[in-house]
Amino acid sequence: MIDLNQELVFVMDSSRCIGCKTCMIACKDKHDNPVGVSWRKVLECTSGDWAQAPDGSYTQNVLAYYMSVACNHCENPICVSVCPTGAMQIVENGIVAIDTDLCVGCGECRWNCPYSAPVLDRAKKHMTKCDMCRDYLAVGKLPACVAACPSRALTIAPRKEAVAKLGRAEAAPLPPSGLTEPNLCLIKHRDSLSVSKSAAVLANREEF
Amino acid sequence: MARNKKGTGAFSSERRNILKFGALSCAAGAAGGSGLLGLSHLFQPTEAEAFDVPKASDDPFIYTTCVNNCGSTCVLKAFVRNDKVVRIETDDGVEDDWENGIFQIRACPRGRSMRRHMYSPGRLKTPLKRVGKRGEGKFEPVSWDEALDIVAAKLKHCIKEYGNASVYSHYASGVITGPMTRRENFWRLMNLLGGFSLGYSDYSSAQNQAGLRYLYGKPGYSGNAISDIVHTKLAVFFGANLCETRSSGGGLQYEIMEAKRKGNTRIIIIDPRYTDTSVAVADEWIPIRPGTDAALASALAYVLIKENMIDREYLNTHCVGFDVATLPEGAPENSSYSDYIMGTGYDMVPKTPEWAASITGIPAARIYGLAREIGQAKPCYIMQGWGVQRQAAGEMNVMAIAALANLTGNVGLRGGNNGDLDAYHSSKTPRMPIGQNAVKTRFPVFLWLKAVEDGKSMTADQDGIIGGDRYPADIKFIWNYAGNTLINQHSEIAETERVLSDESKCEMIVVMDTHMTSSAKWADIVLPSCMYPEQTDIVGPSYAMNTDWALLTEAVKPFFDSRPVYDVCVDLARRMGVEQEYTEGRDREGWIEHLYQTGTRKIFPEMPATVAEARKLGVHYRAKSRDFPVPFADFRQDPVANPLKTPSGKVELYSAALYALSQKRKLDSNVLGDVIPFVPQYVPTWDGCEDVKAKETYPLQLIGFHYKGRTHSHYANVDWLLEALPQMVWINPIDAAQRGISHNDMVKVSNERGEVHIRAKVTPRIIPGVLAMGQGAWHRPMAQGSKVDVGGCINTLTKYRPTAISRANPMHTNLVQVDRI
Repeated sequence: MIDLNQELVFVMDSSRCIGCKTCMIACKDKHDNPVGVSWRKVLECTSGDWAQAPDGSYTQNVLAYYMSVACNHCENPICVSVCPTGAMQIVENGIVAIDTDLCVGCGECRWNCPYSAPVLDRAKKHMTKCDMCRDYLAVGKLPACVAACPSRALTIAPRKEAVAKLGRAEAAPLPPSGLTEPNLCLIKHRDSLSVSKSAAVLANREEF
Repeated sequence: MARNKKGTGAFSSERRNILKFGALSCAAGAAGGSGLLGLSHLFQPTEAEAFDVPKASDDPFIYTTCVNNCGSTCVLKAFVRNDKVVRIETDDGVEDDWENGIFQIRACPRGRSMRRHMYSPGRLKTPLKRVGKRGEGKFEPVSWDEALDIVAAKLKHCIKEYGNASVYSHYASGVITGPMTRRENFWRLMNLLGGFSLGYSDYSSAQNQAGLRYLYGKPGYSGNAISDIVHTKLAVFFGANLCETRSSGGGLQYEIMEAKRKGNTRIIIIDPRYTDTSVAVADEWIPIRPGTDAALASALAYVLIKENMIDREYLNTHCVGFDVATLPEGAPENSSYSDYIMGTGYDMVPKTPEWAASITGIPAARIYGLAREIGQAKPCYIMQGWGVQRQAAGEMNVMAIAALANLTGNVGLRGGNNGDLDAYHSSKTPRMPIGQNAVKTRFPVFLWLKAVEDGKSMTADQDGIIGGDRYPADIKFIWNYAGNTLINQHSEIAETERVLSDESKCEMIVVMDTHMTSSAKWADIVLPSCMYPEQTDIVGPSYAMNTDWALLTEAVKPFFDSRPVYDVCVDLARRMGVEQEYTEGRDREGWIEHLYQTGTRKIFPEMPATVAEARKLGVHYRAKSRDFPVPFADFRQDPVANPLKTPSGKVELYSAALYALSQKRKLDSNVLGDVIPFVPQYVPTWDGCEDVKAKETYPLQLIGFHYKGRTHSHYANVDWLLEALPQMVWINPIDAAQRGISHNDMVKVSNERGEVHIRAKVTPRIIPGVLAMGQGAWHRPMAQGSKVDVGGCINTLTKYRPTAISRANPMHTNLVQVDRI
């Protein structure tokens, strides 16, 4: 196991992701989040067309893949710079976290975050989001989502090395990585599409 | 520096002031970027003020499990506070070492939502007695004593008046591992009382079991392990959605992912849907119309034979009925497999790829190509899931696919396969000993409702009764523990309701379960059951795992008055006068110790000497090579010395047993596909893609599938899962556009049996002309007795018509229409 007391990235191996959403449920359970508050999302990308031949047979070019995304604890976190109260902060080891005593739930962070990572918890009356399970990291435990992944698609890795090796995640349905320099590395699915297709191929908006 | 949060409530004056400022800043942000007013620095804390890392909770945990019928068992660590489970984690006890068969048994979203499942609004708190009409869902709470008195009195009455065969333990699979929790607890009691009625086979793979028994003399569960794809360059799956159905991180999903990578194996998946398995591991998806797998297999066989890519020597020495040379005596003329395929059989139609293209929807050129790929791969791993057989003539799909493995001589080889799913090689978990059931006569489980309505009319020839010529009783008493097949998971709900609402037929329905399921609503007495984390047990790998491990689970306090099934059966045994025989003087812990010593430790002698020590240990794992014994290897080596259990001792491509059955069973010539062929072949069926007449009104095929948000109907009411994995009907954009349906629209899916209101998932991941709906959503009629279901349950639309050969469930054979609401 790697040293968890250092700057880390999520590494998403999209070629292994089966779209099961265990990461979402584990996250919800760990943080006691209600329906309507999901810090982690599993995005489904689908595209393809069908054509029928006179004999009734079909040809198609269908592709699909999944990607699990939460807060990416970006190098240039827009959320931190736009937060009017200073609640959104960069804390230990480059984690971006919300000081809930300061947060007023205005939603500025969510509107500006290209990943829509912060979520308003209406009952708690402040914004909430992934903090990489910093309480777990501090005691040497993996983030809940990472420890949960049944297909071992989601892992964490030392930040500098992983970004140097894999680059920052850039594929549909994500936004261009230049916006915030996300600390998310992606091992692409064989059918991965470019970010220019992001809006067109996101297939499961209703699920989060 | 930790802040004192107590003084800073959401409505404190301090917070209101901030809120005001926040709104101002937002407006500024909208106007031209935050910080425009230059005031936000007022709220930036200095580094010294940065808030501390929250403290991880130090709640203690117990080891428990998720053991429903997905084929896997998963390890859960349940964190407990004030006798309640407050959080779930999963196995982290070992480092993954797949090749040696040790890897973390990580739960899927179902197991991870366990606490939400345990404490959901539908959870049963007390025993209930029906007060309204049966099925109306009106109950009053009663004590355990009153409930069990009623159950015991009715049990005595039914045994005395109608015989033991009138007492039926219904098919149920909500608990699949764990001797103290499984269904055997009731079976043990009933066997002490003179026996009880039980169906044979199941709803999962009845036609697979039947078809492969005719072919190989072995009822399914007979293929090479999935990890064997390491040893081949080509694997061809007919269906088999392992990554969704068996999504456990300790199960086949993880295994196929690792095996494919290690073997660099090309995987082709033939399925009406682009499944999550295709997403994860398929190099090619070949979409096919449901129910036509045998047509594809036949066309592949045609090319293999025509282009001489078959293993003639193997066919001559190991099979009967491939061609006239090995056709047994008494077989009709031109009835060999090769006659059927090449166009000299009964229908005189050569099964060319061109013939199959219009049936299956697969271009003829691709069928030629696929046949050549299969024919040239040595070995080739040909495998089928169980979806291909849940069809109106599903036995033929099973046999036709398996025939390909024989034509190409891939049976009994490392890296090859016999065409079946993984035979599975897991360590066995002990079970409660059940004694002997004096009722030997059994019916195909799918016919239980017929046994309620008119059990005594059921015969061996007509209905597949075994252990006698005729069923001796009508079912009068139903015990339904941990199952939803009473209503939800059985075909054609309206028909089931019709039969069950006649209280003169079945006189007593007892449902013991954890939640008010759609089946529990039809009970006369409802008994609240503990869930897995509320009872101690011994668990290990479920039936569809290839690993060796064991875990002694612990328990939290039961929910309200819920109780474990073992304890309830002891109380019933006392009322029936067999308590001592039932308990053998042991209490629950005594049984666990007994079964641990006589079962678990026989398999794992290295485990601790006592249950108490074993509970401290957590999961006990044992290494195991991923190269499992190859099924049929001895037969392959020497078919004379190691014959199969078929009548001929060989693989029966021509089945004399099926020929005999076809001669004595009366079939309905008005029903398309109600036939019994005796060589593997394609059978067009009622409600299939070639049922032209029915398609005039209901033009679309509808199939079910095993959905990741549930195991069958288990976990169907968990809000977290319903949010993340909503129940939707899959529809191709071409079919959607013709009906003005957009993604996420509310639609009605209907046929003459009923109507389901559900949202549409418009996706190219399904072949045109076909809809797909995850099976298992809870039936929720719009009003009592209504045929309109707003719960999304596919059995509102399926038909209760058993197959001709094995009298099994054809749940993926349906025609429907779909419209926007």
